[in-house]
Amino acid sequence: MATTNVVRDEYSELVDLEHSHDHEHGPFIAHHFHSAEQQFDSGKLGIWLFLVTEVLFFGGLFVAYIIYRYNRPDVFIDAHHHLDTLLGGLNTIVLLFSSLTMAWGVRAAQLGDNRTTAISVLATMVCAALFLGVKAVEYSHKWDLGLLPGNLFSYDPLAKHDHALISNYLVMLCIPFGVLLLGFLLGAVLNLNTGKKLIGQFYGGMAITMLGYFAGVGVGVLWMATMTEKHDSHDDHHHAAVVVAADVVRPVVFSADDAAPKVEAAVVDGAAAAEAPAGSTAPLDKSLGVFFSIYYCMTGLHAVHIIAGIAALAWIFYRSLAAQWRPDYFGPVDFVGLYWHLVDLIWIYLFPLMYLIR
Amino acid sequence: MATVTQKQQLFGHAPTNHYLDASRGVMSWIFTLDHKRIAIMYMYGVILSLFLAGIFALVLRLELYTPGPWFLTSAQYNQMFTLHGAVMVFLFIIPSIPAIIGNFVLPMMLGAKDVAFPRLNLASLWLYWAGGFFFIVVLATSGLDTGWTFYTPYSTTTSTNVIAATMGAFILGFSSIFTGLNFIVTINTMRPKGMTWFRMPLLLWGLYSTSIIQVLATPVLGITLLLLIVERLLKLGIFDPAYGGDPLLYQHFFWFYSHPAVYIMILPAMGVISEMLGVHCRKEVFGYKFIALSSVAIALLGFLVWGHHMFTSGQSEMASLVFSAITFSVAVPSAIKVFNWLCTMYRGDINLSTPMMYIMSFIFLFGIGGLTGLWLGALSTDIPLHDTYFVVAHFHYVMVGGTMTSLLGGLFHWWPKMSGRMYNEPLGKLFCLLVFIGFNLTFFPQFIMGSLGMPRRYHEYQAVYQIYHQLSTIGAFTLGIGIFGAVMTLVYAWFFGRKASGNPWGAATLEWQSSSPPSFHNFEHRVIVSAPYDFSSVVYDESVDGYVPVVPKREAAPAPQPAPVAN
Repeated sequence: MATTNVVRDEYSELVDLEHSHDHEHGPFIAHHFHSAEQQFDSGKLGIWLFLVTEVLFFGGLFVAYIIYRYNRPDVFIDAHHHLDTLLGGLNTIVLLFSSLTMAWGVRAAQLGDNRTTAISVLATMVCAALFLGVKAVEYSHKWDLGLLPGNLFSYDPLAKHDHALISNYLVMLCIPFGVLLLGFLLGAVLNLNTGKKLIGQFYGGMAITMLGYFAGVGVGVLWMATMTEKHDSHDDHHHAAVVVAADVVRPVVFSADDAAPKVEAAVVDGAAAAEAPAGSTAPLDKSLGVFFSIYYCMTGLHAVHIIAGIAALAWIFYRSLAAQWRPDYFGPVDFVGLYWHLVDLIWIYLFPLMYLIR
Repeated sequence: MATVTQKQQLFGHAPTNHYLDASRGVMSWIFTLDHKRIAIMYMYGVILSLFLAGIFALVLRLELYTPGPWFLTSAQYNQMFTLHGAVMVFLFIIPSIPAIIGNFVLPMMLGAKDVAFPRLNLASLWLYWAGGFFFIVVLATSGLDTGWTFYTPYSTTTSTNVIAATMGAFILGFSSIFTGLNFIVTINTMRPKGMTWFRMPLLLWGLYSTSIIQVLATPVLGITLLLLIVERLLKLGIFDPAYGGDPLLYQHFFWFYSHPAVYIMILPAMGVISEMLGVHCRKEVFGYKFIALSSVAIALLGFLVWGHHMFTSGQSEMASLVFSAITFSVAVPSAIKVFNWLCTMYRGDINLSTPMMYIMSFIFLFGIGGLTGLWLGALSTDIPLHDTYFVVAHFHYVMVGGTMTSLLGGLFHWWPKMSGRMYNEPLGKLFCLLVFIGFNLTFFPQFIMGSLGMPRRYHEYQAVYQIYHQLSTIGAFTLGIGIFGAVMTLVYAWFFGRKASGNPWGAATLEWQSSSPPSFHNFEHRVIVSAPYDFSSVVYDESVDGYVPVVPKREAAPAPQPAPVAN
């Protein structure tokens, strides 16, 4: 290979100029970029385009929501009574706060303050995990009641709901987080004892994040316990509200012309059903299932994004502990931050659309 | 110890020290971040898919040689056409030109070392493999018989392996999104100094427009297929009418992606044609700005016409009218391109090479494919023609006559750069002719029988259509031999072809300002940016056996000053 002898000619000048450029490369700049600025701009455009794809990904679900809500407004109004506005509201506040800590972390990274970045990102992760904990309580409670998607919907408003305070589903949802918590705690203790400070701190932070999840579960369970007491004293009211939705399942046709009379018919059916005595033995009604299909698809996909967000934030957390951010290199914090804000933003839309229907 | 001039080393044939021998071993390929190696690995997958789905097509055509059932049962026939369509669409056409030619050429056209996100590029390739794996799972299990469109409610009730197939298509969608995202960012941030938007090669305009569609439309397919999977698993009642769902909603979602996807298939092909045309006619491309902007126009208009796939499915008449009107408007930018290509050829110094022959067959076949689209876009004529062989012939003229022709032409054009070898010109031309004749023999009779009422996707037919089916079958085998021969010509050239110089065609775009094959970093020198179709910027050099760029004279430039020292 090295045996070729190259004779200089008029093109040698192009080669000489090329080599003189190589010295500008900083340690964080990938080989194919000319400058830190070009690298940052590429990353920024890339993450914005990725967010565009995310918006369109959720967009399909929002369109489905609009169409079914337009076709069956009664189903949506009735079904949303099953959602707990206080827990949803709590999660909204938690996520808004996590956006604040995220923005704080980005600013600290821009200033090269790695310690503040690490703390802010850790706070963001704890909020994310807390959100998931509350969500787990909400989900498991609904599964106990039979508030399931589509054809699996088996909620019987007339049945007596003697469910345990801590449902089996909730235990199952807690197992993976419990395993992770123990693993991270063990890792933190072992590494800190053997003097591996960086990885020890990282595991410690992740263990705190997992504790955040259990904090969320605790808050959710406590709230559910107080609700169950109230619920027992107001049992009849709750049932009457649900029976309004007693309506046969019918195929919904997507057509502007057809929709209007169908909606009227649905409302009339609903009114007729409301007049029936609350204790009558109506066949099990599955029409609320479509609402829960959309509810689980949208919030479930959002929860997947929260989990992905925790993974990305963990990566940023580790690099913050390793003090890798400097005023001329903080792109990844910024990009993960943008993603996190989008995940929050989607919840800001989901919350009123699901929980606050009138 | 060989002695070469700097010129020969930079712009000649590179016997060693190129990207193919920069490192060795299977792992150096699977984990490579080099856009050129990724392109080559994509090529293996895409050509393999072409042959696989091509075999399905030949089996179908053979079965249809006789009016009654021959060697396939009706169930097997349904599986065959479904897998032909699904593999061709998701594993062959959509990745073909962007992933092979785009990956290889795009960074080099910008004088860059790589795409903006090399790791994402590799992830995209791995996702392509993963998606392909799911299709192999489909083949190995109960198959698929829904048609490539996965229409509900059949896809939610059939016993075949819809979940694996939709999972595969879902993953391939993300592969496509990542490629598109990478290309947009690369073109935006990595253009060299002096290359303004309107001095970019036209292939980049084509790829940029394609990437916009990939990024904006593919996520909608993703969520649709995901919902379809969940619908099958949990009976959601969103698409399945048995549980209160709306099958038309599925069609809207599906075509919101899949119509723009048609332009994902054709826009890069148009870019390849525009790019090669100037080189092989040795003339500046006529109407550069119109060709460039019509690509963007097609990409944007493509989002507004999905309803023309649903004229007979029960959508409102007003919706059909609007979709029909917008569909016709797509013809305008398409025609702008065709006329500009013809004007480029007019009085050009045409070099009737193999790529040029593919260009001409592209223009002819795309012309027919595009014009027959007008019958299908018009509401009154679509009613009798929908779901007939007329539709089949129309989209094969665009997809195969357009995209596949242009892919083959592009491979012949860039083969010297990829492999460092020239192909055999007479053989290349022979097989191009065979592809052209075979193609027309396959699909032209389908226009006729379609207009006579032969429905698509039917296993058996009335004897009156037999002559057209027989012609079509004979044509299909001719086409198959042509494609196989063309690919074999390329394979032969890779190993035994005449050594190619860096710029054998005398093209003025930057990818030719490297050795053939290029080095790992693409360029060992600073590239000289000129207008993309200014052929006076290259000059033939005998010592290189190819063209070399003209170094601009810098008479008036001031002598280089040492940089001012701070404080």
